[in-house]
Amino acid sequence: MDKMPKWADVVLIPLISLFLAALGAGAVLMATGHDPIAALGVMIEGGMGSSRAWGYTLYYATNFIFTGLAVAVAIHARLFNIGAEGQALLGGVGVAVACLQIPWPHWSLAVLGALVFAGLFGGLWAIVPAWLQAKRGSHIVITTIMFNFIAAALLNFLLVEVMKPAGVMEPATASFPEATHLPSFADMLGVFGIPFASDAPANFAFILAVIACVLVWLLIWRTRLGYEIRAFGHSETGARYAGISGVKIIVIAMVISGALAGMMSVNNVMGEAERLVLNSSEGAGFIGIAVALMGRNHPMGVFLAAVLFGFLYQGGAQLSFQLQIPREMVTVIQALVILFTGALDQMIRGTLERAFLAARKWRA
Amino acid sequence: MTFAAKFLCATAALALTAGAALAADPAVIYDLGGKFDKSFNESSFGGAKRWADETGGSFGEFEISSDAQREQAIREFAEKGHNPIVMAGFSWATPLETVAKDYPNTKFAIIDMVVDAPNVRSIVFNEHEGSYLVGMMAAMASESGTVGFIGGMDIPLIRKFACGYAQGVKAVKADATVISNMTGTTPSAWNDPVKGSELTLAQISQGADVVYAAAGGTGVGVLQTAADQDILSIGVDANQNYLHPGKVLTSMMKRVDNAVYDAFKSGDAMETGFNVMGISNGGVGYALDEHNAALVSAEMKAAVDDAAAKISSGELKVHDYMSDETCPALTF
Repeated sequence: MDKMPKWADVVLIPLISLFLAALGAGAVLMATGHDPIAALGVMIEGGMGSSRAWGYTLYYATNFIFTGLAVAVAIHARLFNIGAEGQALLGGVGVAVACLQIPWPHWSLAVLGALVFAGLFGGLWAIVPAWLQAKRGSHIVITTIMFNFIAAALLNFLLVEVMKPAGVMEPATASFPEATHLPSFADMLGVFGIPFASDAPANFAFILAVIACVLVWLLIWRTRLGYEIRAFGHSETGARYAGISGVKIIVIAMVISGALAGMMSVNNVMGEAERLVLNSSEGAGFIGIAVALMGRNHPMGVFLAAVLFGFLYQGGAQLSFQLQIPREMVTVIQALVILFTGALDQMIRGTLERAFLAARKWRA
Repeated sequence: MTFAAKFLCATAALALTAGAALAADPAVIYDLGGKFDKSFNESSFGGAKRWADETGGSFGEFEISSDAQREQAIREFAEKGHNPIVMAGFSWATPLETVAKDYPNTKFAIIDMVVDAPNVRSIVFNEHEGSYLVGMMAAMASESGTVGFIGGMDIPLIRKFACGYAQGVKAVKADATVISNMTGTTPSAWNDPVKGSELTLAQISQGADVVYAAAGGTGVGVLQTAADQDILSIGVDANQNYLHPGKVLTSMMKRVDNAVYDAFKSGDAMETGFNVMGISNGGVGYALDEHNAALVSAEMKAAVDDAAAKISSGELKVHDYMSDETCPALTF
């Protein structure tokens, strides 16, 4: 019998964690001479209060859904993929190649092509660390971290030496042609007559992210491969005894993970910037780790955690804009949320479990 | 229209103009490096602050933390009625091109890049000219005949610095060696003093006895290590001579602060168009003060001032890396 009901596990714990994080953030804001209630109001208004606010929140959330799923898939095979950042950068290269080299007639075809290229580039970038782990036992955490730096260096080289239009100061590709521009929320909802802020960056990629959530759920819990991945993650020796090839699972899980991270670039490179710039992933690969941990590696949890982080990003930006709170302070607030919801999760869980057990005893 | 409606309209119109007049403060937006990056963002802040101290005015400011916030930040300031809005960094060009036409009555200034719009002032600096001058000084001060350059990231802007520097060195000593290194490939390359220090040691072991840092906050480590190892260094952007008196040969000054100050001072009457800040109008130059006076001989000063005059008059042309993306004096 479970120590506590399922609803407490799924709803109550995150809510308590968020409440504690809000208290901590409030204390920090008070200590620096700001009004925490006003700050909370600005964050909620700026992160969820208007269609433009939602447009930004969901744009960031789309990035975090892809990277969060990437990390989650790898964790199911007990692989800690810290390389989502680099895989997303390489995915961006794939998107840029697809958009600039192929004359697409329509965005709907372009987005499919870009997905394939982004997934291919991101997945291939994850193959080397995966193979080294599977065959040589080189720890995946170390190799994927190092591959982040190699990806940044490769992107720098490609942008400065190969992909940058001549005579331009900025290390960035040319803007993608009109036919590859993804429809924004304003375009999509406009069809149904629903008004939406036209300058918000959320775009068609959000729908792809939701589809990716469903597909990952199907993969992990409804396919033979997903079963093998989970079996391998639970017990390597047990899986081997059952005839599951460790090398195969490590490589396949990492390729799927890298492909998902790479596909993030369909959102930020193709949907928003419409060109490839240096450091295009901007740390979303690392946020993906927090998102996966907070979402407990379940696509639904990843989705909710990603929206929360998107809200923190957008609300935090509004905080520093409206109240002139320094950017670093916003990072402190975001870090507190990660600390309470991710790292201190067990603290709350333990206390809550004891409380439920005590309540049950008292009733019995 | 009834009297009441007329009255309401008039009040509303009054309130609108009053609000606009109130918020006509200028604004500055910092690039991803952040406000205190010991480089051009900090210089922009310095210029804005100088304006505020002198006039008692106030200004809006914002530090972006993501590329997607660029357009958002410009729009928010424009909608609040800030005028002019100044932004430093080449990455602003694309978002500004989109936004500028939506706010034809707001004036914008962009530093380090050109945006062709009727309400935008584009300010570019001739970094290669200033770097040429400090390169000449480096070659004259060097005893080993080997000098170093430490850049932040391997991007065209930094190559422009390096190329001007190498030309200045070769103009004095044609057989001199210029060692060039870049710090990194991620944004942390602009703020990594430890790595700057390691690169300096590596260049010293190759014989360099003057190093020029064009790497933002990383340069602090370069200047520190150069001082510790008793060789000379050259600062960048602001006058950094005071950091290690008697050890910093000079600083290549790129007066981003002046550009921001000028824009703020002219307010909404700011002239738009293309604006080149070179040696001739004090946009770039070398720093001479009490901290490095003992290091700069009369002969050195005469040679550099002569070159500066020739560059100003157009008699001497320093090759700009950006003109054809090649450098005659250095390979990348």
